[in-house]
Amino acid sequence: MNSLADQLLVLCLLLNFAVLGTSRLAFSVRAVALQGVILGVLPAIVHPFSWHLALIVVSIILAKGAVIPLLIIRAIKKAEIEREFEPFIGYIPSLVLGALFTSLAFIFAAKLPLSPEHEGLLVVPASIATLMCGFLVLMGRRKAISQVIGYLLMENGIFIFGLLLADAMPVMVEAGALLDLLVGVFVMGIVINHISREFSSIDTSRLSALREE
Amino acid sequence: MLFDMIRDPGALVLAAIIVAALSGLPALLLREGPLGQQISAAGAFVSSLLALPSLCYLLLQGGAAASSYTLNWNLPFGPCEIALDPLSLFFLIPIFVVFPAGSLYALGYWPAATRRTSAYSVTFFYGLLSAAMALVVVARNGALFMVAWEMMALSGYFLLVAEHGEEEVRSAGIVYLVASHLGAAALLALFSGLRIATGGFGFPAPGALQLTQGGATLLFCAALIGFGSKAGIMPLHIWLPSAHANAPSHVSALLSGVMLKLGIYGILRVLTFFPEHPLWWGGLLTALGLTSALMGICIASAQKDIKRLLAYSSIENLGIITAGIGVFLIGQGTGNARLAYLGLAGALFHILNHALFKPLMFFGAGSVMHATGTRELDRMGGLATRMPWTSLLALAGSVAICGLPPFNGFASEMLLYLGFFGEALAPEPYLALGAPVLALVGGIAVICFVKLYGITFLGAPRSEGAAHGHEAPFSMLAPMALLAALCLTGGLFPQLFLALVNPALQGILPVGFVPAALPIPPLWFAAAGGSIMVLSLSIFLVLRGKGRTLPSGSGPTWGCGYLRPAASMQYTASSFGAFFGSLATPLIRFRIKADAISGVAPAAARLGYLPEETVLHRLVLPAVNLAGIACAFVMRIQHGLMQVYILYIFVTLLLLMLWVH
Repeated sequence: MNSLADQLLVLCLLLNFAVLGTSRLAFSVRAVALQGVILGVLPAIVHPFSWHLALIVVSIILAKGAVIPLLIIRAIKKAEIEREFEPFIGYIPSLVLGALFTSLAFIFAAKLPLSPEHEGLLVVPASIATLMCGFLVLMGRRKAISQVIGYLLMENGIFIFGLLLADAMPVMVEAGALLDLLVGVFVMGIVINHISREFSSIDTSRLSALREE
Repeated sequence: MLFDMIRDPGALVLAAIIVAALSGLPALLLREGPLGQQISAAGAFVSSLLALPSLCYLLLQGGAAASSYTLNWNLPFGPCEIALDPLSLFFLIPIFVVFPAGSLYALGYWPAATRRTSAYSVTFFYGLLSAAMALVVVARNGALFMVAWEMMALSGYFLLVAEHGEEEVRSAGIVYLVASHLGAAALLALFSGLRIATGGFGFPAPGALQLTQGGATLLFCAALIGFGSKAGIMPLHIWLPSAHANAPSHVSALLSGVMLKLGIYGILRVLTFFPEHPLWWGGLLTALGLTSALMGICIASAQKDIKRLLAYSSIENLGIITAGIGVFLIGQGTGNARLAYLGLAGALFHILNHALFKPLMFFGAGSVMHATGTRELDRMGGLATRMPWTSLLALAGSVAICGLPPFNGFASEMLLYLGFFGEALAPEPYLALGAPVLALVGGIAVICFVKLYGITFLGAPRSEGAAHGHEAPFSMLAPMALLAALCLTGGLFPQLFLALVNPALQGILPVGFVPAALPIPPLWFAAAGGSIMVLSLSIFLVLRGKGRTLPSGSGPTWGCGYLRPAASMQYTASSFGAFFGSLATPLIRFRIKADAISGVAPAAARLGYLPEETVLHRLVLPAVNLAGIACAFVMRIQHGLMQVYILYIFVTLLLLMLWVH
């Protein structure tokens, strides 16, 4: 690992806060897409060159930087919404909580029994912090599209953790993870469609009408 | 390889289980027309033809050729053993008798043509239920057993709610589901306990479970609660009456004829694990069994719903079986080989018998409902002239279920009587008190089934539906005739059935406990039953001959000499049962609903009543309601808001992270 990788991870952490602090959906999508591209580049910096690695890098950048953001932006345009109004957790509290979770992640990572070559790296804390920020978005926002963004953020967190293993990971696992993500986004897209048709809005809190009394 | 398989009867049985599981698929796929259902019924027959000869062959071999198969799958609970020992073989027989009979019966009773929305699912789950029950019996691994047990419980649920459009059926389904999962929770405790004791999920070998007294007691109690609630032992029977009453009749036949027995199987199987059984286990089982037999039949006699009556009678019969097992344990504990043999042989024989005559009675009830469109006894009557065959077969079933000769119920209860009476000369003759209790149960059963048969088939029709009743089609009569014939065979030649029972006994009874011959020669049964049949036939012929010669007039049945008798003057089910019902008020009360009558010329008013079981309505339901209030906070956790659910996940994750430190 070198300092460039660490700097990129810090950029990822900052992008988390960008997502947490904005109400504009298109901006959040772009921030997550940028984070995805950075994450796609990271393995190329960390590990020595191989064709396997190149394939992973290209496919990740394509999927996370282009295909998925395009899908979501189209969904946003179709649903004609730009902003997240009245979130459950406001933007300032979200930022404060995000900072809190990020620092907690650093404390937690320091206590994890990692193998010696992974100690002192930013990878583990950045991964946990991104995961938690994803959770925060999932919990705090109403709109189904924000839920997708939270989901992507979480996935990015998991991916960062996977960086530690990229050498050992066979292509199939990588492909499986990517496919999982794409399918997840598709499913979410269908869910959004159905929610908006059924409740004439994509506010997920309306789903509580489905609760059994 | 295929040749070897065909020659191995054990493999044939396993193949039959698979065929049974798949037999419902044609009905599920071919929903249009009757073809799918017919192929499914044929599948049921194929599975039965594969299984029954192999089962009998293996049992008559003495079970020495008990075969076991191991499924080595990569699941955390270890290799799955499936074994066919005599006990399993014995319990497989009712499954493969009732399943094809019920499938054939369904062709006429629940045809795809008139039950478009439920016939395919009922047929599918009928096969699945049978296969799951068979899997329960052959499983030798706690985890596999639980999987099969759950499959059985769930497919039973889907069969039960076939008519889910009705509120009553839905609530019966919920009660069934809750009760069966409470039972399953007790079983989970049992198998976890076994896992701790033996270190694996595999069943311990017979007599190999060495435990402290407290541990053994705990496991026994867990088994008693879990399996007892399935077997409907009072007071764990709460789910049983409404479930049996609201299911389609061929489903009730399978549930009552076979599924209840699996509770007994479970108890017997768990008993084999222990090297020795404390005497109080036997005492407890005997007391529970006799109580539930007596209470069950008392409550049955007050019912006005034909299927609910049969359901309570199932509780009675299962009580008799449980008492037999208790007697066996007492005999074993006191070293009384004769008592142990009679108790267990009586219990197992009665299991076989109940699996024949209870489905017969449920089929009969189904035919009556099919003809009249009601389950209320008070609306039936006079069906003997319109449904002569059904009426004859139901008569056979009623006599068998009362434990009267020449049918099989008599033979098995006789063994228990012999056991109880044999104790009368013992130094402590407490157990002999079982004989009068059993006699009382038998007497009330006669009241109960005279009421059922007399009100349904004799007299004059009490409603439009009963007046226009029609005979059931061949597909419904054939299975009933088969079962009735088997009942008669068992009563006249009990040694045929005992030949199947004895190998199963050898797996449970200690060596030297199985005597060479019955205390009474089995030919006596044939002689006594045959003479009763000859006697009744000759009386019938003599009376008919006299009727020809003497001058005779005819009027409505039970016209009582009135000038203008009406059908409403007859005894009804309620009035017939009123006297005995008044004796049984501690157990059952009547809730009477009547419109108020006012004025000089009151308008037409209605009077109705509902028998209510005291234990259920005064004890169990209030307790359940209290539990519901106590658990109201759980409803608040189920918020309906997705974000809150994610919060739960997040909090769990955080707690886990903290816990790791």
